[in-house]
Amino acid sequence: MISWAAREHHRFEAAGRPFVYLVPSAAIFALDDTADAIMRRLTERPYTREELEAELSERHGHEELDDTIHELARVRAIGELIVPGREDKPQPKIFPLTPFPLTTMVLNVTNQCNLSCTYCYEYSEDKIVDTENGKKPKFMSEETARQSVEFMLKESGDNKVAHITFFGGETLLNFPVLKKTIAYARQRGAEVGKEVDFSLTTNGTLLKPEIIEFLAENQVGVTISIDGPREVQDKFRVFHNGTGSYDVVAPKIQELLKRHRSRPIGARVTLTSGPLDIKRIYRHLTEEIGFWEVGFAPVTTSPNRGHAISEQGYDDMLGQFRDLAYEFLEYSVENRHHGFSNVKETLEEIHKGMSKAFPCGAGLGLMGVATDGDVALCHRFAGSDAHKLGTVADGIDRNAQHAFLDKHHIANKTDCSACWARPLCSGGCYHEAHTRYGETTRPNLHYCDWIRGWTDVCLQIYGELSERNPAFLAQFDDKMAAERVS
Amino acid sequence: MKHLKAVNSKADRVDRATQGDVVALQRPPQQPESGPHIPIGCSLVFSPGWEADRAGGTAGLCQPVERDLFDCHIGCYWPAQVPDQLNHAPDWTSKCAAAQKDWRKIDLVFP
Repeated sequence: MISWAAREHHRFEAAGRPFVYLVPSAAIFALDDTADAIMRRLTERPYTREELEAELSERHGHEELDDTIHELARVRAIGELIVPGREDKPQPKIFPLTPFPLTTMVLNVTNQCNLSCTYCYEYSEDKIVDTENGKKPKFMSEETARQSVEFMLKESGDNKVAHITFFGGETLLNFPVLKKTIAYARQRGAEVGKEVDFSLTTNGTLLKPEIIEFLAENQVGVTISIDGPREVQDKFRVFHNGTGSYDVVAPKIQELLKRHRSRPIGARVTLTSGPLDIKRIYRHLTEEIGFWEVGFAPVTTSPNRGHAISEQGYDDMLGQFRDLAYEFLEYSVENRHHGFSNVKETLEEIHKGMSKAFPCGAGLGLMGVATDGDVALCHRFAGSDAHKLGTVADGIDRNAQHAFLDKHHIANKTDCSACWARPLCSGGCYHEAHTRYGETTRPNLHYCDWIRGWTDVCLQIYGELSERNPAFLAQFDDKMAAERVS
Repeated sequence: MKHLKAVNSKADRVDRATQGDVVALQRPPQQPESGPHIPIGCSLVFSPGWEADRAGGTAGLCQPVERDLFDCHIGCYWPAQVPDQLNHAPDWTSKCAAAQKDWRKIDLVFP
């Protein structure tokens, strides 16, 4: 006698009706009463057809039951109970076709910074590369930057658009090279028939009229690292002498926002220990300063540092994220803009049904270039010999890349194999894992509950939007976004 | 689908990908106990033409009907109309040595 069992899924409710998020396909289906009744029973334990009939046919009818079982089986929400010894074959370890085109190149134009943010992953005790006394040049030369542009144009394959992101250190400390690189990449892009898109991340301290003018004119996307109102910003984001940076950056950012209207400008907030008031930070940065959008990221750190977020801190953060996400929902239902970018990014991934073999594009569609032209997994590893994937002069070391992908595939992360959130998380940030556990291969088990909680919130928002304003979700169709860098 | 609604793009793709499946697989996976009794005996005999596929369907199979007629008529219960070969028409198939070739020689029998 065949017994039916629910396959891996996550049930959630939105707009008063039940949904299932299926794993590993990442497909979302809305259920009617019959489908929900069957799913709920099969989640408790396996049932035979007769047992389901005995419990459900009075209310749902024979034919309805059969139809529904058939539909659920068809989309693999349920399946025949697996007999020991005849388990499903493990998920095949599928690799993207190589050479995989590069979408985004992050150029670390300098590893120097004029701030001394206590939590900085590049300078604090958790740093990977010795940026003070190490062998890497402090600034990228014009020659290396040009080679990087050639590297990017070549490695982007058939892609029509190449994204170049300038990063640091403090990016604007090397503004002269940045400026020349943009001109050079524009010209070379036109020659080979590619559009080149530029963006940068900066702490805002060095913004001045001519720089702002240049960024606006060249449509350079700008992300500002800022933590919030004065008392929050000045807690960690300080100059070398310890003074806070808020009073320096706030007026400069307002200047930038006033002049630079060609691209939406976002703030990128690092969340740390201590009482968090995310809504207040959000309000300050959007309404008082004028940012178009704000993205939040918990600090990357070893667990024993003072600024590390505790387990309780993650719970608290989730509650506040949820409140802000529901505010985003209400705005979106009315087709009004809301700048909470975390929820928007996740909604896009949910909409497309992304099911990731790797947590991000690092080492695949995104790579970071160190000041000397060494190519690494991403900007956070730029300059680290242990995470090197080639050089801009010699190209990508395909063997190193393949070895990296083989080692970091989700199929290797046995801890993740029973988690319903793995299509979106895939074990989380390599750099976070390296800082926490000393190993890029480890899944980030310290924030699993947070990831599941946040994914659940975003699924609910998605479900609500699918019922209340499906047109809003159409904006994510066929949109190929560049990877975000933080 | 009546009971599920595809919500995100991936669900649409899953729906489309499973729609064009083999016809036989679109039958309900199991016969309801209260429905008609379909004998399963024939499917136990290795005889091309009457095996059921994994889901119990037959629509995708490819033997000619005349082969079915013979196997079922002689070796098994035949639910369709065939002459009573024991009492009334013992010679009904006498001209048909090889069904694949001679099936046209099987004539109608009138009571």
